[in-house]
Formats: sequence, structure tokens, C-alpha cells
Amino acid sequence: MKLSAVFLLLLLGIAQAVAELSDPRDERRFNELAKTLRCMVCQNQSIADSDAELARDFREQVQKKINEGQSDTEIISYMVERYGDYILYRPPFNMVTAILWLGPFILVIVGFLMILRIVRRQEQPQADTEQQARLRQLLEKSADSGNESG
Amino acid sequence: MRVRYLLPIAVFLLMVAVFGLVLYQVSQGRNIKEVPSPLIGKAVPQFELPLLLAPQRIFSSEQLKGRVSLVNVWASWCVSCRYEHDLLVRMSRDTDIPIIGINYKDERVDALKWLRDMGDPYEASIFDYDGHLAIDWGVYGTPETFVVDQRGVIRYKHTGPITMEKLRDEIMPLVNKLRKAGDTV
Amino acid sequence: MVPEIGHFALVIALFVALVQTIMPMLGAYRGIPELMAMGKPAARVQFLFIAVAFFMLTLAFIENDFSVAYVAQNSNSALPIEYRISAVWGAHEGSLLLWVFMLASWGLAITIFSKSLPEHFLARVMSVMGFTGVGFILFILMTSNPFDRLIPAAADGRDLNPLLQDPGLIIHPPMLYMGYVGFSVAFSFAVAALLGGHLDATWARWSRPWTTVAWLFLTIGIVLGSWWAYYELGWGGWWFWDPVENASLMPWLAGTALIHSLAATEKRGAFKSWTVLLAILAFSLSLLGTFLVRSGVLVSVHAFASDPERGVFILGFLVVVIGVSLGLYAWRAPSVHGGGRFEWFSREMLLLANNVLLMAALAAVLMGTMAPIVLDALNLGKISVGPPYFDVVFVPVMLPLVILMGIGPLVSWQAGDARPLFKKLRIVLAVSLVTGIALPLIAMGKATLMVAASTTIAMWVILSSAQYLRDRIKRNVGNKGLSAGVYGMVIAHAGVGVFVIGVTLSSVFSVERDVHMRVGDTVQINNFVFRLDEVKPVRGPNYHSDMARVNITRDGEQVAVLTPEKRTYFIQTMPMTEASIDTTLLRDLYVALAEQRDADGWALRVYHRPFQAWIWSGPLLMALGGILAASDRRYRVSARHILQARRKTASASVSDGAQA
Repeated sequence: MKLSAVFLLLLLGIAQAVAELSDPRDERRFNELAKTLRCMVCQNQSIADSDAELARDFREQVQKKINEGQSDTEIISYMVERYGDYILYRPPFNMVTAILWLGPFILVIVGFLMILRIVRRQEQPQADTEQQARLRQLLEKSADSGNESG
Repeated sequence: MRVRYLLPIAVFLLMVAVFGLVLYQVSQGRNIKEVPSPLIGKAVPQFELPLLLAPQRIFSSEQLKGRVSLVNVWASWCVSCRYEHDLLVRMSRDTDIPIIGINYKDERVDALKWLRDMGDPYEASIFDYDGHLAIDWGVYGTPETFVVDQRGVIRYKHTGPITMEKLRDEIMPLVNKLRKAGDTV
Repeated sequence: MVPEIGHFALVIALFVALVQTIMPMLGAYRGIPELMAMGKPAARVQFLFIAVAFFMLTLAFIENDFSVAYVAQNSNSALPIEYRISAVWGAHEGSLLLWVFMLASWGLAITIFSKSLPEHFLARVMSVMGFTGVGFILFILMTSNPFDRLIPAAADGRDLNPLLQDPGLIIHPPMLYMGYVGFSVAFSFAVAALLGGHLDATWARWSRPWTTVAWLFLTIGIVLGSWWAYYELGWGGWWFWDPVENASLMPWLAGTALIHSLAATEKRGAFKSWTVLLAILAFSLSLLGTFLVRSGVLVSVHAFASDPERGVFILGFLVVVIGVSLGLYAWRAPSVHGGGRFEWFSREMLLLANNVLLMAALAAVLMGTMAPIVLDALNLGKISVGPPYFDVVFVPVMLPLVILMGIGPLVSWQAGDARPLFKKLRIVLAVSLVTGIALPLIAMGKATLMVAASTTIAMWVILSSAQYLRDRIKRNVGNKGLSAGVYGMVIAHAGVGVFVIGVTLSSVFSVERDVHMRVGDTVQINNFVFRLDEVKPVRGPNYHSDMARVNITRDGEQVAVLTPEKRTYFIQTMPMTEASIDTTLLRDLYVALAEQRDADGWALRVYHRPFQAWIWSGPLLMALGGILAASDRRYRVSARHILQARRKTASASVSDGAQA
């Protein structure tokens, strides 16, 4: 079956996918997965982006496991069991990384609370500033009259 | 009230402290590229593969149990494997620590020639042609060296060529300790 | 002789920079005009000598002087001339010299455009600029001298890293460094203002054009880097959240916040102490980036070869420059008061919200970059932080910012009137919704909720900016015409919308195929048929390559012929993937040659990337907006006014003297 399909493809001159994944949905899954796994030997590249031998082997493994019907989580935990969290571009959420995941959002909340306080503080002495404004008006008036007289 | 104006410099000094620590560690010889293996403290992966020298014979992970051994991942195409090979040969001659090789993604002919030319320190070399066994061992940069204890548990891993210092300061003491612990059990 | 002259010029520049640091500061402290006046000529002389040093290194490259270690390591006699010149900044030592050259250029620019600055202030500015120069020149001379001789001289050079042999890489670093270093001006202004205790609207007005210009260079630099990664790394991606990319994004985010905060400080005298902190932050993050890239504390594709000794030097320098300025901030800022009052719904509020969100986004980038380093140093485990993290943390923080961007400019200072505004924006919102949903449907033939939401937000920014412009034009009838600043802001904001559309449609609808092809084989993506016609060997000046010819047709009609290459450079033999791209407004067709699979079969990576060009066009519009904003008459007019006023008083006092 498979062989004749390949033969047919050759006959038609249609390029074969390097990733031997029959379903286009699987191919997309593979592309997404490959982008989240770090090529261990490269400086900082995903296994999708690297030409390294090891990256190729990893891609092969991921393909194989997709073809075996494994889920994304299964494939990821397979890699993590062998290579540790380092292989994941999405760091796990735990006690240590909580600040990493939540920090920016906490900062947004704290930031808006601070704005709230600034505006509140401005609102409280409203009476005072109104008085000040009246005072200023009075002063300006007197200054004007002073000018007129001068 | 004034404290909040000190916050930026506090954060900054904290970062400086971390950077200082990293630079200190690097100057002490720490390799920031080395990734610790999650397999340490775990049993060796199960496998059954043919031997390099005797393809008809199968080596199984069970055979790693019962004694403390070194497992060394190597290949004839691996340049940095050259740097540690002499040391391995000497070690196999001068000590009684068994070294098991995993021949990683190699052509049999090339691998055999390498052993013939440079000496064979391995009690046995497992022939991992497609590199799948190496992935199970979490190998990412040859050469890699593991210490496996009597119960078949991985106790140590080093990535890159082992040096005299590594051998003297880390591997030998660990092997001796494991052997002693094994004797008393 | 040439390298010795360069080295010597650098040493002289160091002493001149020392004079520039000490004399004006002393003069400002003691009130001695003669000393204060030394800042300007010192900065000019410093520029001159650094220019000489820079020119000498360039000359060494042009002349293939392989007795200079740096030239021998980064050039080759077969290297084409344009790359011999760009190789000057192709590695650590030379790029540092470029950095110093840029710094001196900014110093020179201040001496030219500083007529309106009071002498105390200018003296302090020159001194801070001088000190930054001292630090970096010292760094070069002590740890990274590009003029070191190689004895005996090499017969030929080891060639420039092939990745850098690319037109994009000729101008990317100069642009990027212009931006990084440009923030030193805003920084110097901030420190000078803190020292002098004059943290007011005038200070903000002086800082604004400088900040905008630095920011627009940084924007262009980042775009060029991203574009280069897109076609040169051969992966089809354009942003990888690599630590080195993050190092350039962080000062950009701080600079963006600074531009907006400066507006509030200038117009309303609001949040002065916060603005000055941002000015310090923007340059501090530039310096932090330098540290990260050159100290060897991180693992990255782009990091320079480094050693801890350099790291220690930069870290020490960071502690002095940033530590002292933040200390100064902690000391002086509490006494800064005031700014006008503003209400809940006002321009000030929205600018504060802008700053909060930008700071949170900055925190995400900073944490994502630092976390692996920190955890590793504290033995808490080794982790990687990459795109999946930033998709989840960075993007949700930035999106509300883009939404607010649509409202911000339309709200008045102090107290905005919400009701008529929302009435007016109802129509804009409706049109944004319709066009936002229609755009992906028409262009791509499909849309998901996420895509439609994203394009709607993008249309919202573009349309509300247009609405703002219309309002201003209407209100301005009979007047002289709008200021360039207004156009600048509108164009920059619209650029954000363009960028969001590009990112959304490209990331969601790009189709990638990794295929194995023989000559004559075809692969089809969205009606485009890619046919591999041939793969033939080609010889370049310092490499040989396999060049493929891929013919692309659509419905039988030819669209483009692409020629991706796989190059192997003679000296540094790593294989290089040269992607070939056909760009139109609506899509990129992208072909990269991966590796030879067998005698006549090749692995190819083929992309159809819709709206890819919009990803670069958006930021370029932002930069264009920056150019317009910086060229606003107001800055020049105010400068001229002040100058005239001062001349008048000067001549008055002279005539007074004559009378006496």
C-alpha cells in the first residue's frame, strides 16, 4: 500500500514531505512541537530550526511518536524524562518559576493600584486647591488693579 | 515613603549580585552549557542491542547490574572523543573498573578500525547504529560518561571528554564510595 | 604603522575623555565658566581621535593587514571589499570600537545642537557623556584591543563569520548601536538634571528629540536584525526571543515608555521623577545588553566569544554608572514635586497606563532572559525560556496597550470628556470591527475568533489614529498647519497597527512544507506550485555553493523564479543556508535549501507567508513617525527663541557696560 503510494508520488513528480506524516494535521502538530523543543547541542535553536545531527534525530523521534498516535503531552514528557526541563522552551510552572510566569501580571496589577493611589491622593485635597485657586484669583485681581493704578 | 526611591537601586544591586555569582562560577571552571541529566538516581534505560565486536551477541541492560561500571558513549567520527581515549585505555589497563562503550551512530567498519588503531578500553561496546539508545540515555554531546552502580542506577554523568582531574577528583572517589557501600549492603 | 596610529589615537581619546569628564563637572560645581566651557571642545577632540582610530582599523581591514590579530581572525584576502569594511564590527573588539565611535558621534552632535542649553547643564551633560566614553575606551584598551599585533603575521586571515557576510549585516549593527548609545544622551540629560536639581518641563523638552532619534535608530536596527534572521538563518522565523534579541528589545521598550512619559512631563510637568528614572533605565538596559552579550553569562546564537574577565570589567562599569545614577535618583528624586493635577479620564492617565503596561512587558522580557541565568547560578535547575513563554506572557500585556493606543491621543490633558469621545469612537469601533473581520476573510478566505480580534484591534489603532488626524485638521482650519509631531505620532501608531496585522496573519496562516525533492518535482502550497528545476554548483569569491532554481507558478502562470543556495565557505567550512524570497505586499514565497539527501534529491523548506512584509513595514512606519516627531519645528523654534533671548540680554548687558 504505502510503497505503491510512494511510487505514485514519484510518477507524478510530486515532492515527498521530509516528515513522513500522512495527515496534514499531524504535520502541523509536528511543526508546532518541533518549535517548542530545544536542540540541546545548538546555541539556542529549536529542533525545527537546526541542521544539527541531534536535532534531526529528535525530529525523527517526534515523528515516530506522532505516527504511533502519542499525544503532545506524552511526547513532551518522553523528552523531559531524558533531557530535563532544559529541552522545553516553555518552562514548567512550579514554585521556582512562579515569579517568572506571574511576575509581569502582578506588575500590571501593582502598577494600576499605584495609579489609583496617585489619582486618589490628588482628589482628596480638592477643597484646598479650590481655595488656592480662589486665592490666586484674588491675587491676580489685586495685581491687575495694581497695574492699572501704576 | 522614601524607601520607594531606593527600590530601583535595590533591584539593580540584586541583579549585579547574581551576575557576580555567575562570573565567579565561570571563573571557577563552571561550564554554563552543561545540562544536568534528569536520569541521575534513576535506573538505566532498558535495552537489548547487539555488540560492536560480536554482532550476533546481544547486550542487555540487565548486564549492567551487579557491579559498579563506567558507561562511555563514543564514535569514530567524534573529534573530542580522541582527547579522552588515551585516558580510557590507560584506565582499563591500570584499574579494575569495567568500561562499557556505547558506539553511537557509527559505521561498524569505522568503529572497528578506531579500536584497532587506538586501543580498545571497553569490556564491551554496544552498537547503537540509529542513535535511539543514546536518546534514551539523554545523550546530547559525545563523548559522555556515566557511572552506574551495582543496582543498575545511574549515579553520575559527564558531558564532553573526561580529563585526568575529573577522573581523579570526581569519578574515582565516587566509584570507590559506591563499591564500599555495595560491600556493606 | 596603521594599527599603532589607531592604538595611539585611542589612548589620546581616553585622556581627552578624562578631561571632558573632570573639567566641566568641576567647573559646574565651582561655578568656573572657563572649565565648564571645556566640555564642548573636549567632546569634539575626543570624536576626532576616535574617528582616527576607527578609520585606522578600517584601513587595516581594507589593506588586508594580517599582522593585526583582529584582522587575521575576522577577514581574508578573498573577502569582498564591502564585507572587509563591515568586518570591522564583525566581532567583539571592533564592534566595541564602533560603539565608542557612536558614543563620540552623539557627543559631537550635542556640541552642535546645544545652543539653547544653559552652560551649567551642558557642562554636566558633557561630563557624563565623557565618563561613559572613558569607561568604554578603557574597556577596549584593557581587555579588547583590536589593534593588537600578531607575531608572526598570518599569511592569510581566518575569514569573517559567513553568517555576517550579508548586506543586511553591514548596516544592522551601526543602526542598532546608534540606538543603544543614543540613549546615553537622554541618560546624561537626566543625570545632569538630577545633579543640578532642575528637573522640569524644559529638561523634558530638551530630552525629547534626542530620545526620539535614538529610539528610531534602535527601531530600524531591530527591524534589520529581524529581517536578517528571517532570510539568513534559513528557518523562516523572524523573532526567536533569543537573549540577544531580548537585549535589544528591553531598551526599546524602556525608550518607548520614556518617549510617552517625556510628553507628559513636557506638556504638563507631570511625573517628573518617574520620567527621569525611565531615562536612566533606558540607557542602563543598553549597558545591560552589552554585558549579557559580551560577558559569557548566557548561551545564544548571536553572543560574542567572551571571557569572564571582560564580564568583570563591564559589571564593574555597570555598578559605577548605573549604581551612581540610581543612587543619585534615590537622593534627589524625593524632593521633586508636582506636576499639574489630572482626573480619571485624561491623557495623563492613559500615558500612565501605557507606562505600566510597557514596564510589565519589559519585566516579562527581562525575567524571561534572566530566569535561566538566575536559576542556574543558584542551582535551582536548568530551564529554557522561549517563544511559548512570551506568547503567553508578553503578548497579553501588549494587546491592551494597543487598544489604549487608539484612545490615548484623542483624550485631552488634565480632564477628558468621555461621553462625546465614545460617541465619536463608536463609529470608528464599528468600522474597525467590520474591516477587522473582513480583512482575514478576504485576504485569507478564513478567520478564527483570535485572528479577527487581533485584526480588529489593529484596524482600531489605524482608524482611530486617522480619526485623530481628521479632528486636528478640522480644528486647525485657517491656522498654519499641523506640527510634524502630530503626523509623526499618527504614523507611528498606525505602524503598530500594520505590524499587528502582519504578525497575526503571518503567524496564523503561514504554511510550511519540509519536502524532499528531485529535479522536476513539485510541491504545492495554496495554489502556488513550486517546481525544482535544477541544482547546480556555483562559485563565489570565497565560497562554493549549490544553487537551486525553483520555478513558482500559480494557475499555470509564472510568478517567480527563486534561487536558494547552500554555501560552503572556503575557510570557515560550516554550511550556510541562503534563502531566496519573493516578496509582495500580500505575501512572501520563501524557499530554503536544507541538505542533499541523495545523488539527485534535496531537502527543501518552502513557505507561503502572508503579510510578512507588514511585519517590517510597521516598525519602519514607527521609525518614520519618529523622524517626523524629532523634526518638529517646535524644538528648533524654542532653541532659536532662547538663543535670541539670550543674545538680547547679552548685548543689553554689553551696552549697559558701555554706558557705564
